[in-house]
Order: sequence, then C-alpha cells, then structure tokens
Amino acid sequence: MNLDLNTIWFIVIGALFAGYAILDGFDLGVGALHLFARTDVERRLMLNSIGPVWDGNEVWLVTGGGALFAAFPEVYATVFSGFYMAFMLLLFALIFRAVAIEFRSKRPGTKWRAAWDISFSVASIVSTLLIGIALGNIVYGIPLDTGHEFAGSFLSLLNPYALLMGVTTLGLFVMHGAIYIVIKTEGELNVKARLWARNGIIFFVLMYTVTTMVTLLYVPHMTEYIRVHPVLFAVPVLNVLAIANIPRQLHHGREFRAFLSSCAAVFALLALFGIGMYPDMVYSSPSAENSLTIYNAASSVQTLRIMLIIAAMGMPLVLAYTISVYWIFRGKVKVEPHSY
Amino acid sequence: MDVLTLSRLQFAFTIGFHYIFPVLSVGLGLLLVVMEALYLKTRLPLYHAMTRFWVKVFGLVFALGVATGIVMEFQFGTNWSAYSRYVGDVFGSALAAEGIFAFFLESGFLAILLFGWNKVGPKLHFFSTVMVALGAHFSAIWIVVANSWQQTPAGHHIVGTGTAMRAEIVDFWEMVLNPSSLDRVWHVFMGCWQAGAFFVISVSAWYLLRKRHHEFARVSMKIALVVAVIASMLQLVSGHSSAQNVAEFQPAKLAAFEGHYATDAPADMYLFGWVDESSGVVHGLKLPGMLSFLVHGDAGAPVTGLQSFPPELRPPVNIVFQAYHLMVAIGLLLIAISCLGLLFWWRKTLFDRRRFLWLLVASVLLPQVANQVGWITAEVGRQPYTVYGLLKTSESLSQVVTRGQVMISIIAFGLIYVMLFVLFIYLLNEKIQAGPDEQVEPERHRA
Repeated sequence: MNLDLNTIWFIVIGALFAGYAILDGFDLGVGALHLFARTDVERRLMLNSIGPVWDGNEVWLVTGGGALFAAFPEVYATVFSGFYMAFMLLLFALIFRAVAIEFRSKRPGTKWRAAWDISFSVASIVSTLLIGIALGNIVYGIPLDTGHEFAGSFLSLLNPYALLMGVTTLGLFVMHGAIYIVIKTEGELNVKARLWARNGIIFFVLMYTVTTMVTLLYVPHMTEYIRVHPVLFAVPVLNVLAIANIPRQLHHGREFRAFLSSCAAVFALLALFGIGMYPDMVYSSPSAENSLTIYNAASSVQTLRIMLIIAAMGMPLVLAYTISVYWIFRGKVKVEPHSY
Repeated sequence: MDVLTLSRLQFAFTIGFHYIFPVLSVGLGLLLVVMEALYLKTRLPLYHAMTRFWVKVFGLVFALGVATGIVMEFQFGTNWSAYSRYVGDVFGSALAAEGIFAFFLESGFLAILLFGWNKVGPKLHFFSTVMVALGAHFSAIWIVVANSWQQTPAGHHIVGTGTAMRAEIVDFWEMVLNPSSLDRVWHVFMGCWQAGAFFVISVSAWYLLRKRHHEFARVSMKIALVVAVIASMLQLVSGHSSAQNVAEFQPAKLAAFEGHYATDAPADMYLFGWVDESSGVVHGLKLPGMLSFLVHGDAGAPVTGLQSFPPELRPPVNIVFQAYHLMVAIGLLLIAISCLGLLFWWRKTLFDRRRFLWLLVASVLLPQVANQVGWITAEVGRQPYTVYGLLKTSESLSQVVTRGQVMISIIAFGLIYVMLFVLFIYLLNEKIQAGPDEQVEPERHRA
C-alpha cells in the first residue's frame, strides 16, 4: 500500500462510514428494540435517549454520501443507480423514521402513538437490513459491465450472502443499541435493557461466526490482502478481543466501557471490510477486471487535494461539536415537557 | 411517459416539496437569533416565551427538512448517474463541503437549541441558536454555489471523450465564485428571510384577530415586519442584479423571461401575458423597451432574442415566462404589503385594521409560492441543459434505471409526501392553536 491521495480518500470515506455505523448504529438499534419496551413512558425514554443526537448521527451518512460523490463519482453513480430500488426503500425508511421520532409524542392518542411506534421500529429494522444487504453485495461482488454500469437486477441483490450480512448487521446494531440504553436508563427499563444486551451479544456472536466462516469459504478475495500482509491479522484479532470484552465489562457493571468496546468492534468490522476491499471499491463478479478501484473511479488529483484541505479544516470542528453535544446530554435520560 | 420525463418529474416534485422547509429554517433561524438576543439584552419573560414558541415550530420544520433533504443527496446518483459521473469532480466537492461545514453545525447545535434549555446557560443557548442559523445559511451558500456552477460553469475544464467525458476543477475559488454565485446566494437568502418573516407575521396576525396572546403577537409582528421590509427591499435589488447576470451569461433564459424572440431588437417588458410558442408572439400588456432599459439602461438597445438559438436549444418559453412573472409580481406585492404594514405601525393603527390583518394571515403563502416559481424560472430556464452549455438533461440520466422503477418510486414519493404535508399542517396548526406558554418563567439555568 502506498499512501497516495486515492488511498487517503479511501480511508477518509471509510472513516466517515465507520463514524456513521458507530453513531447511527446505536440509534438504529434502539429503534429496532423500541417495540420491546411496553409502556408509553418506557418508549418515550427510549426515544429521548437518542433524541438530541440521532439527527447529527445521520449527518455522517449524508456527508459520507457527499464525500463519495466528490472523491469517487464513479462509485457513487454506479452503486446508487444500480441499487435503485434498494436505495429508494432505504430513503422511504429513513423518512418514516425521522418523522416518526418527531411526530410520535406530539399527540396523546394511543392509536396515534402506536402507529408511529411501529413506523419507527420497522423503519429502523428495514434501514439496518438494507445497509447490511448493500454492504454484503459490495463484499460479495456485483456484476458490472465494461462501462462500469450495474448489470444485475434488484432481486439478484437479495442473494443469501447479502441477506446473511443484513441479519448480522441487525444483530450488531441491536447489541450496540441495547448497551446504549443500559447506559442511558435506570430502574425497570434498565433491567430489561440488560437482558436485551445479553441476548443481542449472543445473537450477534452467532451471526458473526457464521458470516466469517461463509466469507472465508466463498469470498476468498476478501482475505487476499491480509494473507499478503500478515501484520494486518492484528485487526481481526482486535475485533474478536473487542467483542469478547463487551460481556466482560457488562458483567463488572462498567457499562460505558462495554459501550466503548462495542464501538471498537463496529470500527474493527468496518476496518476489516476496508482492508478486504482495498484497492477495489466495488468488486465486479464475474469479470473482476470491470471492478471499480480507488484509481479508475476517482476524481482528479486537484479535487482530491482540495477536498482533503476541506476535510482537514472541517473534521476537527465536527468532532468538537459531536463530543460537546454528547457531553452536554450525558447521564440518565428523563422525560421533560419539551422531550419527544 | 418515458424514463427521462418521469425522472425529471420526480426530481422537480421532491426538490419542490423539500424546498418548503429549508426556506423556513433559514428565515426563522434569523428571527430566532433576533428574539433570543432581545431576551438576553432585556431579560423580559416575553422574549423568552417568544423564543421558546418559535423554537418549537422550528423543530418541526427542521425535521421535515431533514427527512426530505436526504432524498436529494441520494437522487443525483440514483436517477442521474450520467450527470453524477460528469459533474462529481466539481459539484460533489460543493455538496461534500455543505455536509462538513453546514449539516454538522446545524444538527449538533440544534440538539442544544431544542433540548438544552435546562442543560446550558442562557448565553451558551443563544450561541447555539446563532450556530444553527449560521449552519442553515452555510448550507444555502454551498448548495446554491453548486447550482450556480450548473448555470454559469467556471473554474473547470473538460477531459475525456464520449461517456467518459467529465468536468474537472482547475481553480476551486473560480468555481465557487462563478459569475452567478453571489447574486443567486443573495437572492435565495432574501427569499428565505421573506418566508420566515411572513410566517411569523401571519401567525401573529391570526392571534391579534382572535384576540389571543396580545402582547406576544404585537411584539412578534413588529420584529418580523422589520425583517420583512428589509428583505423585500433588498430582494428588489438582488432580483434586478440577478436578471442582469442572466442577461449576460444565459441570454436564452433571459429572452424566455419576457418571451423575446426577435434577435438584436429592443425588448419589451410584459406586466402579464401568454406566449404562443409556435408563432413566437406574446399576447399581453407590455411596457415597450423596458427590458432593454433594465438590462442596458437604454430603451432602444437590442437584446438577444430566442431566434438566436436553434429551437432545440431554447427552454420551454411559456412556463419560464409565467413562473418569472408570478415571482416578480409577488416580489412587488410583498414590498407593498410590508411597507403598508410599516406605515400603519407608524400611525399606530396596525393592530386594529382587521382586513389588513386578514391579508397578513394569508401573506404566509406568498413568499412560499415566489420561492417555488423562482426556482422553476431558474431551472426550467436552463433547459435543455443540466449544466448550461455543457451537458444536456437528456444525457444526464442513469442508464440502468427502468421506467417501471421510476414509476414505482414516483408514486411512492407522491403518497408519502402528501401524507407528510397533511401531518405537517395538522401538527403546525396544533402548535399555533396551543400558542406560546406565557406563564412559564424562564427556568433556572444551570450556571
């Protein structure tokens, strides 16, 4: 690997999507678990635990999309047009999710609230599955023609490997979200959330094991880079250690550390994904020679350089606001008059 | 309908619907800054109640803006992938800059604005309000810069051939400060300020007519009226300057504004009219030579007409003509309404003129309509191009997306957006009916 501008941008985009997975990952997980909270107060606590931050978390996806458009327009164009129906579904799910959070507690009616509760939870689950399915297809490879256009169909995107990755992602986010709820709540809901976290960990570890085995057997190109650069074997090892550390920290009552471990696990998974793909961005299968790489899909050197300056100026500010907001809203969540 | 027409309709519908909300976020953002600044200065509970009420409304507007905005970010890639490949190097940078500099700023501080009343002190809360308003304005700057590059491309060069042809940045600042950027950013800002100001004016007038929240309504109305007068006056200046810019850089669009066909002849300005595109005749009431005068300062000076362009390179003339004339008419009407309001205020009769107050209640729709038809003028006037003079709309489409797929998505957007709009109006009405919470004393802020 030589650290040229294209590689740096591959890493920056990876970091933006990792930021998205770590941050929106837990609020999607909270959404997936939402219907397991039974009373109105519990559901409001769930919503308000993510209330001040979910919107900022989603900005990581928007900015990641924008950065992909700017740095690798070929990837943006091929993937977004090729996965047309999948992205439309994701958009509809994200719209429903956003308005469900905003609308739910605006009216007292039980039917009104139940309808938005279901919208919120279903939209969170569907978004998560679709993100996982998209990731699964990118990992497994999709058919591209010589003009780098997608040559498959919507149904071909729903292949077993992609579905497996969708369910694994759901497991990951449910685990991640459950630990977040443990941190943010007290009393009965906290007891429930601990149970969700325990089951979430078990479910995720099972799915993770299966996905890893299937990937090793059927997607050999993903392990190629690590085999050639054995030092990178540290990443999957750290990944396993981070996952193993989660139940350990929870057992000792150190929820925050468990959450950090969960963040580290999400990050390590994304890092594994990046290492496996590099230097491809969209792997073409069959006809690997049609793959989009960080070179044939990139913008001009001039643009990559300008964008790097923009990112170098902007990202420290972004991290500063993000950390400040999380700090200001730290501690157990309470329902107040201006809450959701 | 073919896939091109459907994709164009979908883009027009989704961006038009989205654009209801950001104009209010930008405009209300400015008013919130004024209101909370007054609170910090005077510490009067009235200003506190006012800020809190409009923050609640702002939260609802912002949520709809976010929900419908994410669609726009993805839609370039889903429906217009050939366009995305062509412009990514240039347009993508502006879009990414919007994300990094504007969206994070807005969403981060919005959390404090909405939920931070008891978590931070009044000064930090005010700072957050300023940052949210600034973020909304930054967002407008970057997206209008990106759009202006499509209108008057600059700072780039074209590389490659055939489907691999694309624009690449040569000079970033020349791209950002392309010939129409500044005029158009200013024009959009004023449109947003008008939308925010007339929104506050409308709700305040309603309370005055219903004899509710009297003090709150009077003060809100005065603040918004000042903003409305300033924005409406400046809008006249920026509108004129924008039109001169169009005359210089997009002559076909300017000619379409007034249905001016004859090449190199003095041009008239119509108060209203109807363009017969087949014969190139406009039926209506005109001011002879007025367009020549506004563009060149001389009523006899020639203006390039549509006949200078082959028919396939002309925009749809009548749509542009009508949209443009409606925008200008509303612009003038808003100046009249806001100045009349100022006059009545000075004569101390503003709050007793029931018919005028009813007019103010309805006035909320005017800037919204003007903003919509203004964008129709700009975007339809640019046709048949997506990037003026470089890339045609018909060449911008995704190759792999089928008619059936776009048909499904456009129907789904239609249903979902109608539902969202109904719910938005319903919840907005509930908030307005509930009114400001004037009893609540400013809560004890944590030091």
